[in-house]
Amino acid sequence: MLVSRLMENDRGGKIFICAILILCISIPALNLIPPQDSPFHVSTYTVTLLGKYLCFALLALALDLVWGYCGLLSLGHGAFFALGGYAMGMYLMRQIGDRGVYGDPLLPDFMVFLNWQELPWYWYGFDSFWFAMLMIMAAPGLLAFVFGWLAFRSRVTGVYLSIMTQALTYALMLAFFRNEMGFGGNNGLTDFKELLGFDLQSDRVRAVLLVCSGATLSLSYLSCRYIVTSKLGRVLRAVRDGESRARFLGYQVEHFKLWIFTYSAILTGIAGALYVPQVGIINPSEFQPLNSIEYVVWVAIGGRATLFGAAGGAIAVNYLKTNLTAMFPEIWLFVLGFLFIFVTLWFPRGIVGAFTKRSDS
Amino acid sequence: MSQRKRLRRERITDQLYDQPRLDVSHGPILYLESISVSFDGFKALNNLTLYIDAGELRCIIGPNGAGKTTLLDVITGKTRPDSGTAYYGQTINLLELKESQIARSGIGRKFQKPTIFPAHTVFENLELATGTDKGVWSCLRETRNLKEEELVQSTLEIIGLTHVWKNFAGALSHGQKQWLEIGMLLVQDAELLLVDEPVAGMTHEETERTAELLTSLAGDRSVVVVEHDMEFVRSIANKVTVLHEGSVLAEGDMASVQSDPRVIEVYLGA
Repeated sequence: MLVSRLMENDRGGKIFICAILILCISIPALNLIPPQDSPFHVSTYTVTLLGKYLCFALLALALDLVWGYCGLLSLGHGAFFALGGYAMGMYLMRQIGDRGVYGDPLLPDFMVFLNWQELPWYWYGFDSFWFAMLMIMAAPGLLAFVFGWLAFRSRVTGVYLSIMTQALTYALMLAFFRNEMGFGGNNGLTDFKELLGFDLQSDRVRAVLLVCSGATLSLSYLSCRYIVTSKLGRVLRAVRDGESRARFLGYQVEHFKLWIFTYSAILTGIAGALYVPQVGIINPSEFQPLNSIEYVVWVAIGGRATLFGAAGGAIAVNYLKTNLTAMFPEIWLFVLGFLFIFVTLWFPRGIVGAFTKRSDS
Repeated sequence: MSQRKRLRRERITDQLYDQPRLDVSHGPILYLESISVSFDGFKALNNLTLYIDAGELRCIIGPNGAGKTTLLDVITGKTRPDSGTAYYGQTINLLELKESQIARSGIGRKFQKPTIFPAHTVFENLELATGTDKGVWSCLRETRNLKEEELVQSTLEIIGLTHVWKNFAGALSHGQKQWLEIGMLLVQDAELLLVDEPVAGMTHEETERTAELLTSLAGDRSVVVVEHDMEFVRSIANKVTVLHEGSVLAEGDMASVQSDPRVIEVYLGA
């Protein structure tokens, strides 16, 4: 009932969700069932790659919610992505137990290497999966809430807000590079073994992770549709198009911005947490300002304020990136730059916008 | 007073908004006393005192830089005065409220440049103005509200936009945008409408229709119009306030104001 109401008038979204569901059933099946030498066999590498794309799609979805619908151009979503990833990474580190290189029963390898004697207080609790799940949402959510509260209350808007978000992720990158922070310095967290007792290297676990990513993406898509089709969605677009008009109609604009920014950060954190067990590492380079800019490019290319366009754009651009960087590694950044300029000039509403009539944005 | 009560009962928004009416028992709906605002030493408003009666239609005129827009900014909470008091009704201290709270307490503002939501339909524009609970959670949970839709429908008729209710507001003509914005104030159930240059850029016919619309609203609501167009002011005003250098230069009916030698001097520079 609710789902059909949400997907009404969203043909692109229906196609997108169906495609995701088909991929998430067929790809793991083709990986697990046919034997290795069968022509139908899909490699585990492909499964993991697709899982990675879906995490990026979720990130793009969350970014579209704040940028496309509320006009907040965040150039710092990489920070929320990385924080969610680190929270997951900390849990996976605790799962290693005494099987590290140094075999210390209590401390992760990098702490032994730094001659630390005891676990820092902020690593407590990460032995528990549920605590880690909570922190995956709480850490980015809290950062977004505090940052947003300060920024929106002072009425920081437009390019100044973008610059501040960029500075935020840069500052966090510098902090996480430091060994004293206790997050593994520039090596980050890696060498993961198990998730909930399941071997992360096994094909089945990889397949399950892909399915989890697809399911999370689909559910998040529905939640975003719920928001943008509700009155809240109309108010957000009103804030985007006429902030002072909305304020003088009696809406407390800051609250709406803060709410959507925090919600988006939480979704982004979940995306980061799904990403880390699939790629097997989280390090401070995820905080790079450049990454956050690239995320914005995905959304712009896919199509702002369309949700499925942003998510699809992330998958398409990353597919292109995987292939191009394998074949011609040196030209990838030029291609990305060209794509961005091309789309901005000729398809200001993105690829999806070029094929749909102006209706729901 | 009894006439006011009768008018009130007929108002459509009453079915919708069950909130205590503003206390205007002493006559005025707006009290501004000794308001001063300065920007970097420039006195935009200088010890200004102004009262607006409930149900009145007041025009505020004055040369450029007289402080007209700053005055609206102070009333709506956008600018905080350096000194002075501002009361809405007997009890509401405007200087303690945020812009959104002032708007929810019943002061609606139409901007100089028509400010509507271009990517929303005309209907959605008006619908956004409805409701008294404008918090995030209630917007997220909001379902269709038939009473609000009725209110929007009847407002569409008042502002003459029924035939374009489905269109994107950005595609409206300049005059229609101005009416839509006035319509949003009506749906918002503003008791006091602050209207900044409603006929700038309008055709002659559009100007006439706007004059009709504003005069029909007065009586039931209080309307303050800031305008340059003297012809338009003459056609709607019974009471005019002339601002000059941030304070009230003259006040009264159009004829007496126009014959006031100080006003002539300010306007003609003689």
